[in-house]
Amino acid sequence: MGPTALDRFADAFLNPVVTARYLPAILKGVVVTIEVAAAVIVTGLALGLALAVLRSFRIRPLNVAIVVAVDILRALPPLVLILIVYFGLPNAGLTIPSFAVLWLVLSLVLAAFAEEIFWAGILSVRAGQWEAARSTGLGFGGTLAYVVLPQAIRIAVPPLTNRTIAITKNTALGSVIGVGEILNQATTAQSFSGNATPLTLGALAYLVLFIPVVALGRWIEHRFRWNRA
Amino acid sequence: MVELVTEFVLEARGLRKSFGGQEVLKGVDLAVRERELVFVIGPSGSGKSTLLRCCNRLEEPDGGHVLVGGVDLMARGTDINAMRRRVGMVFQSFNLYPHMTALGNVSLALRKVVGRPRRAAGEEALAALDRVGLAAKAASYPAQLSGGQQQRVAIARALALQPQIMLFDEPTSALDPELVGDVLRTMRELSASGMTMLVVSHEMRFARDAADRVVFMDGGAIVEEGTPAAIFGQPFAERTRAFLGELAR
Repeated sequence: MGPTALDRFADAFLNPVVTARYLPAILKGVVVTIEVAAAVIVTGLALGLALAVLRSFRIRPLNVAIVVAVDILRALPPLVLILIVYFGLPNAGLTIPSFAVLWLVLSLVLAAFAEEIFWAGILSVRAGQWEAARSTGLGFGGTLAYVVLPQAIRIAVPPLTNRTIAITKNTALGSVIGVGEILNQATTAQSFSGNATPLTLGALAYLVLFIPVVALGRWIEHRFRWNRA
Repeated sequence: MVELVTEFVLEARGLRKSFGGQEVLKGVDLAVRERELVFVIGPSGSGKSTLLRCCNRLEEPDGGHVLVGGVDLMARGTDINAMRRRVGMVFQSFNLYPHMTALGNVSLALRKVVGRPRRAAGEEALAALDRVGLAAKAASYPAQLSGGQQQRVAIARALALQPQIMLFDEPTSALDPELVGDVLRTMRELSASGMTMLVVSHEMRFARDAADRVVFMDGGAIVEEGTPAAIFGQPFAERTRAFLGELAR
């Protein structure tokens, strides 16, 4: 009796020999993915918050520049940006390592979305909060820092969590420019082995990595739903 | 800073303010003496809230002057943030900071504006909360307090800065009727303790009982002013009579 359909399926997607052979490479990819993701989250959110704060000073030319830049970054697919920066900039005499390109582009994209979300949060804090703080003698900066931003950030956290997860998953785009993250390791292993098992391992790695993040996102969303007086 | 000799804690001189071509204040003069409780009444849209909000430049007057303790708030070189400390303000909608406890609300400006260390600010804030009868609620967040309690915390927030005068912008208008009494009692105690107060409100009975002087505004100008007995008893102007008659109905 020949192999059953189930056996053939298992052999193609969960071959133990292939698993043993390529698991170390996948794990190396996991480390790289975590590194890029962490760097993107830190710089993207910090830059997004900084831009939203700058915008609240309502300096017209500056705000126009921010809005234009943010809209472009939000409109373009991240892959297009990655390809332009990675393959385009060397023509202009500027070569950036692939890891840095991935980090830079995803940080900018996350910053663009984060800026909009933080800004919406700042706008949703009622004028009375500004007035109350200013009436006690707090200046613009103090009011922003102690009264408005703590409320704005709270409002921003749930949408920000979702957006951060969505953009962090784009680290997989690094495979296109040779960043050794999970997907890159998996596709390389897949073509060497002629077997889809490394892709399965890659998918499992993403699940192990992101399910806790998604769960954390849900917890944060719940935690930050609080009664506004 | 130019200091002028004045017997008044607060003095508005020729205040003008327009919103989109609509003149809301048409050159208003108003002066409040130390320890005085002055009530501003008038129909909605008469400019009374705008007048109050011009007194600490939350609303920027188009013309005129505001003097607090003789310092012109409109003058170039006046540190408006320093002056606002001397003018407490209580709002219709309380405007407590929802992310801070009552104590946090009251102590924020003590720490960040006056520069008190955290501990000292906490003690002063607690003393202010005690004056409005809410020391026991120091650790509560605004959402855990009733409207009346929130407004009293807002009063404590202004009071903690030891202002020379306190402005009340319809402090009871957002409250359920059964909660109004607490806030009015607190205001009455404040006045009895010597606080100078300028109040915009529709609480006519409170005005009659507690005010030293009542100012009637209509159409962006002061129509008449006098003791509560005079304004409520024998109003001089036809418009005042019409307004009070409308309320009595």
